Amino acid sequence: MTDTPLLKVSGVSKFYGSRIGCKGVSFDLWPGEVLAIVGESGSGKTTLLNCLSTRLIPTTGSVEYRMRDGNFRDLYHMGEAERRFLMRTDWGFVHQNPVDGLRMTVSAGANVGERLMAIGDRHYGKIRETASDWLARVEISTDRIDDQPRAFSGGMRQRLQIARNLVTHPRLVFMDEPTGGLDVSVQARLLDLVRGLVNDLGLSAIVVTHDLAVARLLSHRMMVMKDGHVIEHGLTDRVLDDPREPYTQLLVSSILQV
Amino acid sequence: MTDLATYNFAYLDEQTKRMIRRAILKAIAIPGYQVPFASREMPMPYGWGTGGVQVTASIIGPEDVLKVIDQGADDTTNAVSIRAFFQKVANVAVTTHTKDATIIQTRHRIPEQKLAEGQILVYQVPIPEPLRFLEPRETETRKMHALEEYGLMHVKLYEDIAHNGRISKTYAYPVKVAGRYVMDPSPTPKFDNPKMHLSEALQLFGAGREKRIYAVPPYTEVVSLDFEDYPFEIQKFEQPCALCGAEGVYLDEVVLDDKGGRMFVCSDTDHCEERREHGHAGAMLAPSKEAAE
Repeated sequence: MTDTPLLKVSGVSKFYGSRIGCKGVSFDLWPGEVLAIVGESGSGKTTLLNCLSTRLIPTTGSVEYRMRDGNFRDLYHMGEAERRFLMRTDWGFVHQNPVDGLRMTVSAGANVGERLMAIGDRHYGKIRETASDWLARVEISTDRIDDQPRAFSGGMRQRLQIARNLVTHPRLVFMDEPTGGLDVSVQARLLDLVRGLVNDLGLSAIVVTHDLAVARLLSHRMMVMKDGHVIEHGLTDRVLDDPREPYTQLLVSSILQV
Repeated sequence: MTDLATYNFAYLDEQTKRMIRRAILKAIAIPGYQVPFASREMPMPYGWGTGGVQVTASIIGPEDVLKVIDQGADDTTNAVSIRAFFQKVANVAVTTHTKDATIIQTRHRIPEQKLAEGQILVYQVPIPEPLRFLEPRETETRKMHALEEYGLMHVKLYEDIAHNGRISKTYAYPVKVAGRYVMDPSPTPKFDNPKMHLSEALQLFGAGREKRIYAVPPYTEVVSLDFEDYPFEIQKFEQPCALCGAEGVYLDEVVLDDKGGRMFVCSDTDHCEERREHGHAGAMLAPSKEAAE
């Protein structure tokens, strides 16, 4: 880890009319770090994630990102072309529902290759080679490369979505409930895979989840949100083992022990 | 003013023509960019060339000589009816000879004879948006054009190769115009794509239902999209035209009987007739005449 953060978030608030989406969120994210944002439904997790990933423009606040040249750029003052370019090269976004993040009517290979073609790769053989390499890395059999994601199971689709995002070697990946809607054994495999990839590639990630187990397994640090405010923020193990806020204590004690 | 029962010259009223001309000028200024325009109802159904007819009506003058082709032929329904339409509403001279025409309205072919400076080729376009079947949202496709995000176009070509072993798209093959906009050249066979490149003639595209006009000015680069290891190539025919013996032209297949008999003839009828007048003869010229009668 270097001593300059990758992402500097200061005072990000989003209001929907008079209602609060999220309010006064500030934090830094360092390279290679995984931050989990947890909280109940409606606590503003996804709003915050969308603000950070510029899918939504916040009412106030700023988010600065350290570009590959080492300079910080304010994301909301970037041109749209540059921002979209950043989003499909240096960033990834893994949706909760893979249908939102995949092109369901084109083959798995093309799904993975799309980003490569978007940044100007024009060699079919190489694109295909990279695509099959990535399919193997996310444990999808390479003979499925010409199948459409429609023919894939939920877990496979999610893994395909991850491959599609990581193919350009992004430095920052946003994940919105990456394991939502998957059964527990598939969840476990996916988490294992994501953890491995994050370690191997040195990715930074911001993971939104309501599942504390996901946060425990993936993240180094976590933020607990309630009613649009960050109420607790710290190292994952500290927050989960020694929660200070009453709400966090409630959240931690709500986990079913089997 | 005395005869109220006649049409304005070239059917459209002057304000409409002015509006369409403005769109055309803008389209020429930004090669390949789709300019929205207030397409009018025309006395023919959508899909019959309402866009092309409006473009032609806006640029035609009393001195112009009009040629209309439909899939290369001068004598098919669409070509005949549009030609008759302009004879009636503009009283212009018409021709079937490519070299004599000043305006050629076309449905899906570019004449075999090289077009010259001063000629205008007007295309009838059904779906102007090359990204349409990849991205259904109009707001998104416009943004993609604006930001030059054309990766998706190659996704389509990738899919073709993955499933068929080659780029199987044979018509409406996407091109990049002047190094900037990706454009759908209307459903012309990809055989004609190279003819658009650095063409001496002005090329105008009108889509009536979709209300878009776009253009390729003379001497503009038009490059067909492809992959480095799967380069763009045009259709090749194994035999020459059965009537005029022409090679290196686009041929139509004509089924002759129900026993597998078939012939390949020039899709461009004017080109074929001219060659026959000059004494060229294909393999089936003599017998096919008897068979036709």
